[in-house]
Amino acid sequence: MNFVALKMLVADRAKYFSLIFAIAFASFLLANQVSIFIGIMTRPASQIQDVVDADIWVMDPQTLYGDEVYALRDYDLYRVRSVPGVEWAVPLYKGNGRAKGPDGRFRTVILMGLDDATLVGAPRKMLVGSLQDLDQPDAAIIDKAGYLYFFPGQPLEVGKTLQMNERRVLIVGISDASAPFQSFPVLHTRYSQALGFVGRERNLLSFVLAKPTPGTPVEKVCKGIEAATGLRARSTAEFSLDAFLFYLRNTGIPVNFGITVIIALVVGTVIPGQTFYIFTVESLKQFGALKAIGVTNRRIVGMILLQALVVGGTGYALGMGITAAFFARTMNYLPTRGIIFPWQVMAAVGVVVLVVVGLASLISVRRVLVLEPAVVFRG
Amino acid sequence: MTTNGIAVLSQDVTKVFGRGDTQVQALRGIDLNIRLGELTMLVGPSGSGKTTLLSVITGLLDATSGDLVVLGRRPAELSGEDLILFRRENLGFVFQQFNLIPALTAAENVAVPLLAGGVKRQEAVARGEEFLATLGMAHRAHALPSELSGGEQQRVALARALVHEPKLIVCDEPTSALDGGTGHAVMELLSATAVRPGRAVIIVTHDARIFDFADQIAHMDDGRITSLEENRRMVPPQLLRH
Repeated sequence: MNFVALKMLVADRAKYFSLIFAIAFASFLLANQVSIFIGIMTRPASQIQDVVDADIWVMDPQTLYGDEVYALRDYDLYRVRSVPGVEWAVPLYKGNGRAKGPDGRFRTVILMGLDDATLVGAPRKMLVGSLQDLDQPDAAIIDKAGYLYFFPGQPLEVGKTLQMNERRVLIVGISDASAPFQSFPVLHTRYSQALGFVGRERNLLSFVLAKPTPGTPVEKVCKGIEAATGLRARSTAEFSLDAFLFYLRNTGIPVNFGITVIIALVVGTVIPGQTFYIFTVESLKQFGALKAIGVTNRRIVGMILLQALVVGGTGYALGMGITAAFFARTMNYLPTRGIIFPWQVMAAVGVVVLVVVGLASLISVRRVLVLEPAVVFRG
Repeated sequence: MTTNGIAVLSQDVTKVFGRGDTQVQALRGIDLNIRLGELTMLVGPSGSGKTTLLSVITGLLDATSGDLVVLGRRPAELSGEDLILFRRENLGFVFQQFNLIPALTAAENVAVPLLAGGVKRQEAVARGEEFLATLGMAHRAHALPSELSGGEQQRVALARALVHEPKLIVCDEPTSALDGGTGHAVMELLSATAVRPGRAVIIVTHDARIFDFADQIAHMDDGRITSLEENRRMVPPQLLRH
């Protein structure tokens, strides 16, 4: 009877396609909005995630997240180094400064001051130049997006200069740093150089980056640091989560995306549900005839579920295709770089679609199950 | 249970809908024998209980009281699944509004009872085509119901009722949606192909123009059989030629 169910489904092309497009649209909206939401909400942790050498971030105990920092005292670095289980610890400066280009355009930039000796926290991927060139006077590495802002349309090359705090900034490399939340340019320089670029600050030590000794759990070392110094120590994952939660709780972003997701869910449930229900109601006489002829309820339920699965599967596949095409198009666009379509979102939307078409078909199934087959004798 | 040439044996069958003030007694003690090899018509005005009786005989509705034996089985004693199987194997239906599935071709519509019985699609549709050919509809086997005239649709419905060789054919107003000439032609076909030894045909109708095709006519009114008339069935011309 499966082919009967499928033929009944596709016979009314208008309804069939409206069902598919409703589910495709809802799937696309869900997947697209959730992916963008995740992409944006992970951006505050970009500079944390980019530091791959260290596993532990030590900071002022009142620190809420990585973008608002109260500097530590210099000797805090040595206190952290003295904690058992810490293999090494280095300083990191993270702050904001203002950079000005040769044509006068300026922007607030995120300045990362790396330990002079080890360059721990350096960009993961260099597009042009070498990390070792940070040894040069006034040297800094800028991310690609920042470079293209200050030098639009120009080829990626080293040797150009910016101005920060009335000082020359010599660009010795261009990195592929992850996009920060505010889309500021990201500059990496030496720790000792950072003070010159941002002006007078009594303390520069934003964070201490530490590495546990081999075999020592990160969590255990964090607790040890906190106990020994009174500072706050977080693993990279925990500190990233702090940033995510801060923006989640303190901005309207989740509400905004949440509303869109709810609309997508409502549209995705109501329209296909209603259309599918109408489709079933209009076919009641046919289902009644099938029941009278001797088709079992189980068979008829199977037919309706098959129809729902085909519609849901086709709509979902179409929606995922459109979403994938969208992100394939935008992933290399600088303002939206790093915002991708995670497979987990695809899977989750699949489950949602399954639930939606399941609910929609259940209402229809119920209508058919309670149908008296004797209805076929009523003209 | 043996049938003794009786397709339907009804003794004091009643059917009541609703309760209390809204109670409606649709059947009031129906006594009726429907014999195999004959065409029986249930006739009467609207609301007389014809369709209710047909629904009870086919097991689509339960009788409220009385004894009903259909093809040697009591529908009241069959469980839901057994009743469906009994209907699938033994009954063929022709409906007033044809109730063909619009998305299926004529041959596929005819094949539905076979598909319901587990016959593979290809074989079922092939048998549907063959059966349509015996009714002179071979050239319309691949047409959709919307492409068929009313008479053609009713012939497809008749083929669907007969294709699985049931022992009891029930027809609900088979000619009411057709003009006189077409209705007569459909009845000729039905009489020629459906009525056979070992098979009974029941037709609910108020179309007096087709009464001549009946072997037995049960006149109904207000839920009762008011008279039972033995008739000399008009033999279709195509059978006379043989």
